[in-house]
Amino acid sequence: MTIDVTLKVNGVERSAKVEARTLLAELLRDHLKLTGTHVGCDTTQCGCCVVHLDGKAIKSCTILAVQAKGRSVTTIEGLAAPDGTLHPMQEAFREHHGLQCGFCTPGMVMMGADIARRNPGADEHTVRHELEGNICRCTGYQGIVEAILSVANPDAVRKDHH
Amino acid sequence: MRDFDYHLAADVKSAIETLRNSEDGKIVAGGMTLLPTLKQRLAAPSDLIDLGGIDALRGISIEDNHVVIRAMTIHADVGASDVVKKAIPALAVLAGGIGDPAVRHRGTIGGSIANSDPAADYPGGVMGLGATIVTDRREIAGDDFFLGLFETALEPDELITSVRFPIPDQAHYIKFKHPASGYAVVGVMVSKTGGKVRVGVTGAGPCAFRVTAFETALEKSFSPDAIADITVDAEDLNTDINFSAEYRAHIVGVLARRCVAALTKG
Repeated sequence: MTIDVTLKVNGVERSAKVEARTLLAELLRDHLKLTGTHVGCDTTQCGCCVVHLDGKAIKSCTILAVQAKGRSVTTIEGLAAPDGTLHPMQEAFREHHGLQCGFCTPGMVMMGADIARRNPGADEHTVRHELEGNICRCTGYQGIVEAILSVANPDAVRKDHH
Repeated sequence: MRDFDYHLAADVKSAIETLRNSEDGKIVAGGMTLLPTLKQRLAAPSDLIDLGGIDALRGISIEDNHVVIRAMTIHADVGASDVVKKAIPALAVLAGGIGDPAVRHRGTIGGSIANSDPAADYPGGVMGLGATIVTDRREIAGDDFFLGLFETALEPDELITSVRFPIPDQAHYIKFKHPASGYAVVGVMVSKTGGKVRVGVTGAGPCAFRVTAFETALEKSFSPDAIADITVDAEDLNTDINFSAEYRAHIVGVLARRCVAALTKG
């Protein structure tokens, strides 16, 4: 079954003809060529494909493209300001060395922004718990956790740590 | 994933009609279990009927000393709900511990309960709190709802519309999570209402169940020691490469005692 899907992606209305079984991650990457959203495990575990659907972090490998019809999706490409100024979470990942190879980074940054939105003043334990669905094989999470903490709760991050 | 015909249902009635008229249709709620199942081709339905557009199936309210959660309410909303946190904090803890934040933004209570996954959290909550499952046509006591592995009392064309949780005096939920998947290896919900105690277990068996031997002992004396010498029969429990049935039986007792300890301290 082929379906016309129109949705807002990073503030712009986009349309695509997709099969019913097309995943949102596939719509973004293959049809709209927004390849910043990564697919790591394709089994809802790794979190590399996290995007925001109507402002909430979801795994785009586990939702059909048609289920996002008429809704608003933000991907890593849409997080920075139009003039290129990084989103505070992106800036924090740069500042705190929250990435190495970069594969998990789009999902980490999107989830990090969602964690900071939902948990202002969060402590380290909360941030680590909330990162349960995002897997990084390089960093050991320390820089990632510090980056997210620095946005969610600036007072909690020791300035002398790195 | 095999392709299918997709239908966005306008209401419960039309969802059921579409389901009845389809060759081998399936309902999708949050899709957190169904979509992975389709990807693995463990299921290949002819039609997918999406309840995601039915706003009447979302929301949390207090009615007649019950917390009523409509079927399409996502785990994140239950976990963060001030109403649930005040009335049954253990239920908010349960919902807030399902999967991960992204999963909790899609997964629904109705989908979790209708699926009767042996390792899902909500079925343990239903048994431990004595909830009632409300469908499009009747009310089903939680005790009669879970029949086996992925098997429930629902008719093939029956939809859950809400779940009614009686508000207990006290309740506590603890799960021992699988370290990789986060699913419950064992999850235990203990609740106390007047002199009545319920002990609901998920993860350990083919579907959620109660440990009546614990309940009887706890009704006589609500303390961890009261159940310390009661063993749970491992006979019908789940075994996998990581956790044997005997291990799970042991953990049921450990978690039940920890729940009681949490409810009796200070």
